[in-house]
Amino acid sequence: MTQRGPFLFLVILLLIAGVSAATLRSAAYDIPWLPGTQSDVWQVEARIEFSTRGVPAQVYLTLPPEQSGFEVMEESAASSGWGFTIDRGAEQRRAHWSQRSPVGDQILFYKLDFTTTADEIAQQPPAAIQDVVWDERYETAVSHLLSEVYPASADAHTLTIQLIQALGRIPMDQNFSLLASNFERQDLLTRLLRTAQIAARGVQVLILEDGRRRQNLSQFLQVWDGERWRLYDPFNGEIQNPQNLLLWQAGAPGALEVVGGSNSRVTFSMIRQTRSSTMLAQERADDLALSLYNLPIAEQGMFQLIMLLPVGAFVVALLRILVGIRTSGTFMPVLIALAFLQTELVPGLLSFVIVVAIGLFIRSYLSDLNLLLVARIATLVVIVIGIISFFSIISFRLGLIEGLTITFFPMIILAWTIERMSITWEEEGPKEVLIQGGGSLFVAMLAYLLMSLRMVEHLAFNFPELHLTLLGLILLLGRYTGYRLLELRRFSAFRKEQT
Amino acid sequence: MRWINPVSLAGHGILGMNRRNVGYIGRYNDRANYPLVDNKLTTKHLAEEMGLAVPRLIDVVETQHEIEEVAETLEGMDEFVAKPAQGSGGKGILVVTGKKEEGYQKASGVVVSLNDVKRHLTNTLSGLHSLGGRNDIAFFEELVNVTPTLADYSHQGVPDIRLIAFQGFPVMGMLRLATRSSDGKANLHQGAIGVGLDIGTGRAIQAVQYDRIVTHHPDTGLDLSDISIPHWHDLLMLAARSFEATELGYLGCDIVIDRDRGPLILELNARPGLSIQIANNAGLLPRLTEIEGMNIRRMALDDRVEYAREHFQSSTGETQLDLVDIDMVDTEEGET
Repeated sequence: MTQRGPFLFLVILLLIAGVSAATLRSAAYDIPWLPGTQSDVWQVEARIEFSTRGVPAQVYLTLPPEQSGFEVMEESAASSGWGFTIDRGAEQRRAHWSQRSPVGDQILFYKLDFTTTADEIAQQPPAAIQDVVWDERYETAVSHLLSEVYPASADAHTLTIQLIQALGRIPMDQNFSLLASNFERQDLLTRLLRTAQIAARGVQVLILEDGRRRQNLSQFLQVWDGERWRLYDPFNGEIQNPQNLLLWQAGAPGALEVVGGSNSRVTFSMIRQTRSSTMLAQERADDLALSLYNLPIAEQGMFQLIMLLPVGAFVVALLRILVGIRTSGTFMPVLIALAFLQTELVPGLLSFVIVVAIGLFIRSYLSDLNLLLVARIATLVVIVIGIISFFSIISFRLGLIEGLTITFFPMIILAWTIERMSITWEEEGPKEVLIQGGGSLFVAMLAYLLMSLRMVEHLAFNFPELHLTLLGLILLLGRYTGYRLLELRRFSAFRKEQT
Repeated sequence: MRWINPVSLAGHGILGMNRRNVGYIGRYNDRANYPLVDNKLTTKHLAEEMGLAVPRLIDVVETQHEIEEVAETLEGMDEFVAKPAQGSGGKGILVVTGKKEEGYQKASGVVVSLNDVKRHLTNTLSGLHSLGGRNDIAFFEELVNVTPTLADYSHQGVPDIRLIAFQGFPVMGMLRLATRSSDGKANLHQGAIGVGLDIGTGRAIQAVQYDRIVTHHPDTGLDLSDISIPHWHDLLMLAARSFEATELGYLGCDIVIDRDRGPLILELNARPGLSIQIANNAGLLPRLTEIEGMNIRRMALDDRVEYAREHFQSSTGETQLDLVDIDMVDTEEGET
């Protein structure tokens, strides 16, 4: 056992190292301590996958145009062995990769950092509207639809809204359904509007949502109202406030074009960070800086969660050592808390209790079967997955989207929890199960509440060195030999002697 | 709910869970020695080697094959106990008190067939009664006939005495009596009664159930303050010698008193609980720190027990000091 002196020295060293490293970095890179005092920075990563055919390959990816509300900070492409240029000739910029003799399946990355701004950018008016030629069999339906909707509209905007509503009506007119079933909705609306001599174009839009991975572009519609392009969701009408929508491509059919390859697709991962622009400038100047920001975006999203784990572990240590709460499985509450982060608290609590209760019920039957341990746990894993699938289906049928988040619970952990609680039930009775189960949920809730604080998330991810300080505190807790809070109640029988 | 403030709790010298784990179990119990006490069969072999009294081992059953031959092993045995080596919380213990024509009579009076006994053994081997369901082995030992003076106090079950031995000094003791609510088991948190015992005399100090003071056994109705443990000195000696056998500095010894053979070690525990302090109305800390402050290497077994009897007796209990012993102990103190 280490002596007290060196131990305290180590702890103090850790405490100071964590805080001072964070302070230094905060000062050097101008990282603010508080979240929200800086502008949002989005990092978007496009991932292009395709199979090559042994012939020279060229890959084109349309890049987002300049647009209001967003300002591009930095862009880069990671793809070893490929020639990379950005073509500026066409209407929109295009990323262009090329290779003479590519082999096998290929993955190309294009990474874009941009901030949100309040700047408006003047939009280009449309060129002359091209005439639309309809196939003969659709002509009647088109003229019927337009003659019904056109009188009820006053301008380009109202006509667009009317058309979207008419096509969304249930039950659908026979004429409309002929059109609706033969055209993509976005394409159909564009053609209808152009027929009515209104400038419209299909656009592909990236919906920005923090931490999303493997997203596709969404098909939206833009209509020129005489002054600007207005954006419409082809199924739901106008989008008033397109702050979370990044226009990726206007006009042309696909954002991705692969020559000399097949099975191509592009998906997008994105992450929102709160960084000051000064710090961004620093980072650009200093590529060697060891920072989580240098990781690929999908991994950064993971690390936002991973960096919260020590916080949860600290809460567990605190509550077990200082308070004396009994939990079922030492760090099981942290994993539950992580699941809560994704399910939200109440739906998470409900689904957890339901799954464990049903699991315990079935496990009591397994006891009678007298199975070996490993087989018993394996059986429970299958049962847990069964319960979870069943609840997902039921809640989807009932229209409860929250029910679907049940899949965020780590299933092996659930199976072990049920097994352990069941053994506790047999050996120490249902009361102990309630104490430990309740204790676990209580700890998980506290850990969740702390981990879901924006401040905590901000500090944990932007100042990883603070984990040293946390480590110091945890070490200190590990040598705490004082009473636990609940022992003050346990030993209360000694109280009356005091008086 | 009643609470006590930590300062007055410390004033009573109460040992808390954290301090026990870091300062005593962590410091004085070498993890490598845990298997000696976590497996009852290993404990039994060890105790027999060291000459400590234990219930006599009849036979060990390790494989399914041996279960088939169990009838021959038990030939002529009228009473015996079957136990899992790593059983937890008293599970899987089969007590047979007599042989009938139809089969074996259990302690509860129910008669079971030989096949029932075999099935019980199969379950034991497959880990049904063991911690975490690990495969286990079973063994038979002779039935302990608890000395009548104690047996009467317990509602079913075997009343046992838990002694905490620190570095070979018996520091605190408690008699555990099963109750109806503890289902015949002697586990305090399941509702068994703990009777604090004066280390000096082996007499009852006070009794607690569910960490609250009681004066009479709720099922047998007997006054618990009358209890006085026979063979007290032998018990203390057993606890003190267990330290030498296991080298575990902070040890719980569970001892039963047989009508004919006297005190026998039933089980040893490397993580003894803290409720014993409530039953004794005294904290462990002053006694533990007193021993930590002594040079104990030179102290012989008898000296340690005598030191404990004199220094750790209950302040409220009657004193039965042996003046000769005091002189001897004083010399010991002089050397430190």
